[in-house]
Amino acid sequence: MNFMDILTPALIVGGIGLFFGALLAVAGIIFKVKKDERIPLIEETLPGANCGGCGYAGCSAYAEAVAAGEAHCDLCSVGGEAVASYIAEIMGEKSEFVKKFAFVGCEHGAADRYVYEGVQDCVYAAQLSGGPKSCTYGCIGLGNCVKVCPTAALSMVDGNPHVERDKCTGCGACMRACPRGLIRIVPEKAKLAVSCNSHDKGAVMRNTCPNGCIGCGKCERVCTNGAIKVVDNLAQIDYDKCVACGKCLESCPKKIIKYII
Amino acid sequence: MIAELFAISLAAILVENFVLVQFMGICPFLGVSKKVETALGMGIAVTFVMAISNLLTFIVDKYVLKAYGFEYLQTIVFILIIAALVQFVEMFLQKSLPTLYASLGIYLPLITTNCAVLGVAITAAEDSESVITAVWQGAMAGVGFLLAILLLAGIRERLDDEKYPKALRGFPIALITASLLAIAFLGFSGFTVG
Repeated sequence: MNFMDILTPALIVGGIGLFFGALLAVAGIIFKVKKDERIPLIEETLPGANCGGCGYAGCSAYAEAVAAGEAHCDLCSVGGEAVASYIAEIMGEKSEFVKKFAFVGCEHGAADRYVYEGVQDCVYAAQLSGGPKSCTYGCIGLGNCVKVCPTAALSMVDGNPHVERDKCTGCGACMRACPRGLIRIVPEKAKLAVSCNSHDKGAVMRNTCPNGCIGCGKCERVCTNGAIKVVDNLAQIDYDKCVACGKCLESCPKKIIKYII
Repeated sequence: MIAELFAISLAAILVENFVLVQFMGICPFLGVSKKVETALGMGIAVTFVMAISNLLTFIVDKYVLKAYGFEYLQTIVFILIIAALVQFVEMFLQKSLPTLYASLGIYLPLITTNCAVLGVAITAAEDSESVITAVWQGAMAGVGFLLAILLLAGIRERLDDEKYPKALRGFPIALITASLLAIAFLGFSGFTVG
């Protein structure tokens, strides 16, 4: 009798559990959701750094977007050409991977307006009366970009960020970390770059920084390919048109257009 | 019969609202009430689970547990049935309404541990005379949950556009809103039919 007192409730609970388990097993077959089997394959290929350089929330989100045909297979700049070609193989496409790297668009010529002794962080410094430098567009030099770089490609050289191209994967973490937005991600074929970020007018620029773009437009006039344009007092290069002839570089009175190799 | 069903609905939706009067199922009530759309989905899912689980739990309770004197197994058997049902609802939603499935997120499996569902099942097992009233009570308790979560979601959606202190943003204001709602529902206490 005592034994049955234990066995019966166990059987009841177990029986009900079995019954519903069987029902669920049947329902599982009926309501099976087909998942794209390429997603785990692509995710395996990706570096898994979740840096967000592709513009998606992380590696798995990017893998889903690729499998759904919403994203190109060559957006992972950390994985580089190898990963892009693997993903292209999975997707049955051809990859046109362009290696990119970061370029710090500032010549660091602006003088200090005040001595900043607060938190050693560019974002905080930038909020204090427009930053400690006389140029409100230029580098603050507290190295937020160096701190976020996942591959240690950035380092501080004489208080200014310096990019080692061998290590840089072009993920864009520094670009997003810079409160001034002066780091650009440029394609590998870029030979020339404008090393200034200031949209101040020439007259203002002359007072704030000896190495700033004054928007004179000489480069725009000498360029035979129409690759360089002065927009909002700052020269900008279109790398699809630029042939790196170097005419703009010679014409620039401030010598801020320079070779970046 | 109709008068009885009406009395049950009045009690389950307003007078003894499971969320705002008995404070059951607070987790999904606060968690999924940011948008009216997802709140509606959650409310319907809970209503569905409550109605079906009441049907099953009442039958099992009356013809298995009570008939053979195993009332003490009620809680564990009810949890088992509810868990299986929620699993079924989850499969169904993933197949037929993937967007709703994605927006409900973790709160869908959490219906399993939603004490309101268990609370309704136990109340119905104790109070109800027939299967019909038990299912009706479950469905109406679900409607009460739906009403409560829709009210809160509607208020929270409108609050998003308002200016109020930063410290209260998010859950603090949701808790304050929910408590004011509960006080409002207190006004129904004592209402009876017949």
